[in-house]
Amino acid sequence: MSRLIDVENLTLQFDTDEGRITAVDNVSFSLEAGEVMGLVGESGSGKSVTAKSLMKLNPGNAVYGPDSKITLQLDDGPVDVLSLKTDREMKIVRGGAISLIFQEPMASFAPAISIGSQMVEQLLIHTNFSKAQAKEVSIEMLDRVGISDPSTRFGQYAFELSGGMRQRAMIAMALSTKPKLLIADEPTTALDVTIQAQVIDLMKDLVSEFGMGIIFITHDLGVIAQTADKVAVMYLGRLVEQGTVRDVIRKPAHPYTRGLLAALPTLDDIDAPLTPIPGDIPSPLERPSGCVYHTRCQEVIGPRCAAQVPAFHNVDADHFAACHLYDPKEGTT
Amino acid sequence: MTNKPLIAAKGLSVHYALRGNLIGPKPYVGAVENVDIDIAPGSFFGLVGESGSGKTTLGRAMLRAAPISRGDVVFDDGEVSYSLKGLGKKELKDYRKRAQLIFQDPYAALSPRMTVRDIIAEPLEVMGLTKNRAETDERVREIAAKCRLNVEHLRRFPHAFSGGQRQRISIARALVSGPKFIVADESVAALDVSIQADVLNLLKAIQQDMGLTFLFISHDLSVVAHVCDHVAVMYLGRIVETAPTRTLFSGPSHPYTKALLSAIPSLDPDDRGKAQKLEGEIPSPTNPPPGCKFQTRCPVAIDRCRVEEPTLEAAGVEHKVACHRWQELAD
Repeated sequence: MSRLIDVENLTLQFDTDEGRITAVDNVSFSLEAGEVMGLVGESGSGKSVTAKSLMKLNPGNAVYGPDSKITLQLDDGPVDVLSLKTDREMKIVRGGAISLIFQEPMASFAPAISIGSQMVEQLLIHTNFSKAQAKEVSIEMLDRVGISDPSTRFGQYAFELSGGMRQRAMIAMALSTKPKLLIADEPTTALDVTIQAQVIDLMKDLVSEFGMGIIFITHDLGVIAQTADKVAVMYLGRLVEQGTVRDVIRKPAHPYTRGLLAALPTLDDIDAPLTPIPGDIPSPLERPSGCVYHTRCQEVIGPRCAAQVPAFHNVDADHFAACHLYDPKEGTT
Repeated sequence: MTNKPLIAAKGLSVHYALRGNLIGPKPYVGAVENVDIDIAPGSFFGLVGESGSGKTTLGRAMLRAAPISRGDVVFDDGEVSYSLKGLGKKELKDYRKRAQLIFQDPYAALSPRMTVRDIIAEPLEVMGLTKNRAETDERVREIAAKCRLNVEHLRRFPHAFSGGQRQRISIARALVSGPKFIVADESVAALDVSIQADVLNLLKAIQQDMGLTFLFISHDLSVVAHVCDHVAVMYLGRIVETAPTRTLFSGPSHPYTKALLSAIPSLDPDDRGKAQKLEGEIPSPTNPPPGCKFQTRCPVAIDRCRVEEPTLEAAGVEHKVACHRWQELAD
């Protein structure tokens, strides 16, 4: 496998009327080609903002930290994403090397333009296809994602398609430019379970066929368990745990990840009590000092948790947690 | 023990008229078709189904918030007995006291211009349940405490609260009139996982504490499995299976229930792709297929399923299933 993207010390703040809000705080990760990374977190954890940074898609009031660096490896060499300025330069990344699938497919298609025209439009921008070729490729992609009668669907509008069909069309559109990296932001959250299962299957098939990297953003740990190779857990803008999907789900190390799993109703044991994480997610305007999770944490080990930002410690090979519990100097067993 | 149901739907249908031609029969959408359910007092009754299955419409019809086209809903709490179809204005007002609804979206359900105290007090004032302000305040404080809101919170406006707190405010408002029956429609769907568990535990505690009866509508089977004691599964306006929770989850009989259960993503990363997948999508209720409504997606449908609609038949203790083949498939 070859390296696809490196994110180093990504920090992102927003200038708002109420002050500068930190949305992403010193986040680093990397992804190989053909790898699926699950990015998990609750609302306000900064998972979507992190993903959008990879395409520099955040609004004008976004301020990137001085040490933040995102490097995308393309066939013609590395691209420093955050240094891209003009729309022309950005085209290489947006819709070209990276595609994005949103949660709500109704909102991501223009309502008054047919599905087909939208697919053709982006192919004309990002490839050298002629209009006729672009149409052919689009219909082929619609067929590939399991849409019946693709040439008819090509001329239809988003409102004429059901939720599941729209999400399939969205995936077809995102993949038709053959991106290196696909960012899927809660792609199945708005769908019913039976349709969700279909879409997850489809995405898995497409990864193995196209060999691209995927960042799968979701709050649903079950979806992650079914799709991801590795997992990154975010809380209030920080990465708190990172590891292979088996390690993170079977041996969660960070108290937040453990809390999430304990709060999750599962069918394996329907009599198990649901254990909520006490308290609420703090407002981004009142970010806790030290470890951002210490206000809700059940395993606080002392004043250190409120005072000092924990570093990433090794829990196992390839398994890290940003928690003082794993600091070798802490002297716990 | 023959427990008399608190509320029961009897052959209940909810139809919405469609625009049609001047001649010929009037077209309609059958959002709910011929549904029979009995909800025993003190139970936590789950209603599951995908979007378009009619679960919300059924919940609303049981509150007389959707038109009852055929059949009836009978409510009997020991004090009064109502047949919802022919309810007069005065009785309906009284019924509103006894049956309440908790909405899905705690952000949309609370007026941003009212304080939390006023939001919770509004039903009391509208229904004229208290004599004076002091009495209202006392009732509000009492119910707020039950929902773990403190006095400090009552003076504030909803925007100052998180999703979980807002949902607790919605719950307090639904409970303040002292209802016997509560419809909770996707009441935790908009909440984060870490908060969702807290609200579910609260609902369960209140239900036991106050002896309430819940109709809990949800698309999330894992949530239903944890809180409900009886479950009904809906598909295209019909109940396809109903059973005590444990029976339904350990031994589902209807092919649709089986498929729904296996479509839930497993938390085990080594258990990938074993699920039995359903093809296609739920058909439009304006143009339902003939015979069994599930036949277009059913992996085990036979010719009979395409012509004859199955009815709910007993499959065990309190367990009913609407499938021609459940018995042969059980072996």
